[in-house]
Amino acid sequence: MSTSNQKSYVPYHSPYDPCPPIGKKYYSTPPNLYMGFQPYNLPQYSPKEALQKGTLWPAFYDYYENPYERRR
Amino acid sequence: MWVYEKKLQYPVKVTSCNPTLAKYLIEQYGGADGELAAALRYLNQRYTIPDKVIGLLTDIGTEEFAHLEMIATMIYKLTKDATPEQLKAAGIADHYVNHDSALFYHNAAGVPFTASYIAAKGDPIADLYEDIAAEEKARATYQWIINMSDDPDLNDSLRFLREREIIHSQRFREAVEILKEERDRKIYF
Repeated sequence: MSTSNQKSYVPYHSPYDPCPPIGKKYYSTPPNLYMGFQPYNLPQYSPKEALQKGTLWPAFYDYYENPYERRR
Repeated sequence: MWVYEKKLQYPVKVTSCNPTLAKYLIEQYGGADGELAAALRYLNQRYTIPDKVIGLLTDIGTEEFAHLEMIATMIYKLTKDATPEQLKAAGIADHYVNHDSALFYHNAAGVPFTASYIAAKGDPIADLYEDIAAEEKARATYQWIINMSDDPDLNDSLRFLREREIIHSQRFREAVEILKEERDRKIYF
């Protein structure tokens, strides 16, 4: 399944709004939203890597960084 | 009964002396969608849910206490050596005058923890949907804290906690599917 784990939208900005527009607003749509019941025999990380990442399955791994920082 | 392992679920390292981050993290300690509320909610729901998913609630509720311990460690490290002046500059003077640097179960705005955070409707579907929402809210809270934090080591631990929320949400979603008893049904069609 090819889905991006981050979505965005541009909120309406009125000419009378006091602050400059933020531009895009971001929100996360992590893999668990799309999986349904986890299929059998998914690939796994090594135990050491799984402990570091917080999940045994690459299919559920979703690295997060501040999207507003990246934009600047 | 529980067995305690005398170590954190994931290492907590804090690079910079930034007590302001403790002010944000306290939301996950004693806030409505924090780890304490989550742990108590899940463990309490175990008694009135079908047998098939009791074990899941025990596992996840227990893990939430491990997360609570990580958050406590972060807050402690961020505040233990801070002077009253530094705490004042960080906006937690109110906390200091009441508690010194002791931890307390309240949210980022200083509202004390309350049992009304812990939802228990007794309806398995309503309760599990509540749990899914709680995990997604905790995931979002971690994102907002990461957005506010510029401490790379702290963010590493927070990313681990955020990933666990994703997995917990997945397992609660699967629990709903188990209770719907639709799993694999189409193989008989």
